[in-house]
Amino acid sequence: MAARDRHGSGPPFGDVFKVVGTSARKVDGMAKATGEAVFTDDITLPGMLHAKTLRSPHAHARIVAIDTTRAAALPGVRAVITGRDLPGRFGVLPWTQDETALALEKVRFVGEPVAAVAAVDEDTAIDALELIRIEYELLTPHFDPLDALRDDAAPIHDTRERNVSKNVLLEFGDVNAEFARADVVIDEHYSFHGTTHAAIEPHCALARLGADGVLTLYSSTQITHYVQRTVAKVLELPEHLVRVIQPCVGGGFGGKSDPFSLELCVCKLACITGRPVKMLYDREEVFYTHRGRHPMQMHFRTAATREGKLLALDARTVLDGGAYSSFGLVTTYYSGQLLAGPYALDALRFDSTRVFTNKPPCGPKRGHGAVQPRFAFEVQLDELATRLDLDPIELRRRGALPAYTETLNGQRITSNGLLACLTAVERASEWRVRRGRLPFGVGLGVAASMYISGTNYPVYPNEMPQAGIVLEANRSGLVTVLTGSNDIGQGASTIVRMLVAEELGLALDQVRVVAADTDLCPVDLGAYSSRVTFMVGNAAIDACRKLRAKLTSALAAHWETFEGDIVLSEGEAFDRKEPTRRLSLKEAIAIAEAKYDTLATAGSYNTPKLGGAYRGGTIGASPSYSFTAHVAEVRVDDETGRITCEHLYVAHDCGRALNPMLVAGQMDGSAYMGAAEALMEDHDVDERGLHRGPSLLDYPIPTALDVPGLSSLIVESIDPEGPYGAKEAGEGPLHPAVPAIANAVYDAVGVRLRHLPFTPARVLAELEQQRAALEGRRARC
Amino acid sequence: MTSRPAPDPVFAFELNGETVTVSAPAHHTLLELLRYRQGLTGTKQGCDKGDCGACTVLLDGSPVLSCLTLAVTVAGRAVTTIEGLGAEHRRAEGRPHPVQEAFDRSGALQCGFCQPGMLLSSAALLRKNPSPTADEVRAALSGNLCRCTGYAQIIEAVLRAAAVERGEDPPAPAWSIEPRDEEP
Repeated sequence: MAARDRHGSGPPFGDVFKVVGTSARKVDGMAKATGEAVFTDDITLPGMLHAKTLRSPHAHARIVAIDTTRAAALPGVRAVITGRDLPGRFGVLPWTQDETALALEKVRFVGEPVAAVAAVDEDTAIDALELIRIEYELLTPHFDPLDALRDDAAPIHDTRERNVSKNVLLEFGDVNAEFARADVVIDEHYSFHGTTHAAIEPHCALARLGADGVLTLYSSTQITHYVQRTVAKVLELPEHLVRVIQPCVGGGFGGKSDPFSLELCVCKLACITGRPVKMLYDREEVFYTHRGRHPMQMHFRTAATREGKLLALDARTVLDGGAYSSFGLVTTYYSGQLLAGPYALDALRFDSTRVFTNKPPCGPKRGHGAVQPRFAFEVQLDELATRLDLDPIELRRRGALPAYTETLNGQRITSNGLLACLTAVERASEWRVRRGRLPFGVGLGVAASMYISGTNYPVYPNEMPQAGIVLEANRSGLVTVLTGSNDIGQGASTIVRMLVAEELGLALDQVRVVAADTDLCPVDLGAYSSRVTFMVGNAAIDACRKLRAKLTSALAAHWETFEGDIVLSEGEAFDRKEPTRRLSLKEAIAIAEAKYDTLATAGSYNTPKLGGAYRGGTIGASPSYSFTAHVAEVRVDDETGRITCEHLYVAHDCGRALNPMLVAGQMDGSAYMGAAEALMEDHDVDERGLHRGPSLLDYPIPTALDVPGLSSLIVESIDPEGPYGAKEAGEGPLHPAVPAIANAVYDAVGVRLRHLPFTPARVLAELEQQRAALEGRRARC
Repeated sequence: MTSRPAPDPVFAFELNGETVTVSAPAHHTLLELLRYRQGLTGTKQGCDKGDCGACTVLLDGSPVLSCLTLAVTVAGRAVTTIEGLGAEHRRAEGRPHPVQEAFDRSGALQCGFCQPGMLLSSAALLRKNPSPTADEVRAALSGNLCRCTGYAQIIEAVLRAAAVERGEDPPAPAWSIEPRDEEP
């Protein structure tokens, strides 16, 4: 057995799953329901100090001088650090490490960390921040990416001549030839605004330097492994002396998948003071820390035949990256690479340019890099359907890629439930009898998408597995699972427990999961790119098969029967030929331990080698892809311009639903987050670079009263690559929400929304234009 | 020379069914008192300015935002936190509060950070209104932001808790699994 093995999609014993497919409760459900669950800020260590960060009030400035003497002299202050104390550059991608924990020579956005103070309490630390004197030399800031791209624009990063963070130009097939033979071309501009994660738990980190020289960091992170590497690099410590532990995390959505300033600052401050140091960001700091959705300006052209066959897509995109790279290199590729599905194209060209601006850095938010172009393309398809007088669902059906194929940019598609998704939302929304026939102001719109089940390549190139699992079977009847994976609320540990229980025939409470502690657990790369269930699940099955072989072989010897006749199920082991031969799993483990000594196995998962044979061809490659379709139902008030999304019908192909309740939770959560991006949220700065509303009041996210009705329809395509056939469910179901709403608005009032967010003012302006055009047409008659 | 600061006020209140006497600086919020002086970390701080509802506790049975409530103002009153909700119910009936059970059963707990506040708001609603409609649940929870669930499974959970308490069958979830073709 090896890291790249497929394990099959069927049950391990007989024809029926015992655990997989049930809506089993979460490992930490009752702990969270009783307040017992421990998040990072809930931890207090003896002698602990509190730290705060001083942030730049300027969007772009050179640091001339910093004077910390008065702050350091304040009673209660234990340490003050600035950029010079932590000069090591870092960044989640090794190719673009342009960040420092605290600004060195320059500040590049309002809110950038400049200094940090550790004191006996938070109030003292805040008082000390006010005593730090910084002399800045102001530089011209750039807030508009097109402005930052001009030849005379001052570079935001001195190491780069221009403010281009990344440019990708790729062409597959002959785009110009396809356009030349097209019957129809739709050529339009679209734009997507910035939105942020707004997890309810603010970032928090707590570090402690032990007498044994081990630096322990508790952090609200999605990526313990990358944080461990970053801390070791920046603090110049051997990696094995850095231990990172992820307590419960109060939501991430991509907002906690970079290494952050606060993690490095508390580590440094703990090393300087010899005392544990905690830092908790306040809500405003979370907004400035950001790493959310990139604003994108998109010029898309689609070519098609008059029958609606898609020929080519030509996409030019400018990405507003903010001040640092973060995952931006990948974002730039994703903005084009993931357009090669879910529809067949004969040619695709994309020219994407990520630009540095003096704003909080953008990064990966749920649906990373693909949500914005998906909006543009799915609206463009709706425009095409209108032009051709085709049903928009029918257009998508005709264009859908089949299962088990390859996209024109070299992405291997395995199972594909797109058609089933389209049918499900068509039926649930009563599309055929309602779309185009509802009263003025009410409409239905459709959109579809595909997304990766994990990225095929780790963020730093290596040949080691992406996910590892260690199992120990204890003679008490308990199997302990060690996994580096990050459960950030999505249920990673619950899924691992279910898979282990299924494979070894254990009751759920006989499986204990220990996760996300770099000292105890084998490496997993983290909770990003929708990789955890898929990759950690496969690693868990790999480890289980090795342990199971020991159990069944020991039992076969014990009963003098064949290994193949041993069944492990629901806490018991028995001989299927002689069912009277029956033992509890606890007894079975003891027999195996006596024969094979202490029972422990390790399992791994690594991705198959995939991707196109060209530079960047591996970015966007995934072992499997999920597919989604939405129908949105909206109501548009043509007097106020207000759009209400009444209902979202969400069909998602997640492969096998290992735990349908958790899958539905991911679908609901994704879909409503997408709808809110369209209708409520706007992450933007003013002309000085100040965030326009860095609070959960001024950056409104939906309350229970705002959220549309949600019908999550789980489509199971049973994938040959995923654990028991599972694929991702955590990000894919977001993508179609935004274009489905735009397309529904068109059905409702005949107005085409191509620019986000869909504010009442924008809708009214479009309606006004439409009226003027109508009147003009009448006047001409 | 500056005047001596006044000593921290000392006051008593009922915390999760027991009378406690505490001292806290006059400017401290109930949230700070609970988390930093009482060690009751189940009450969460999400925004510290009354926007998110994660810090919701019950004051004399009604939900309040502990981050906007000065600690001294609870003198002589009864505060219930998430730690108390389950414990009181467990003492009285030997099981967790029905909303705790229902949230776990319905998948309403994802990251769990908003949930202490959400559960207390839910419990307060069901005490006043044992048979709420879905819209009444939405209204009662509208001060508690959740970023994970889209609220569907939360609303289902509250309706489930209410139904179970009334001895009725729980409502069906809003999600479903599409019928599947034969496996490959």
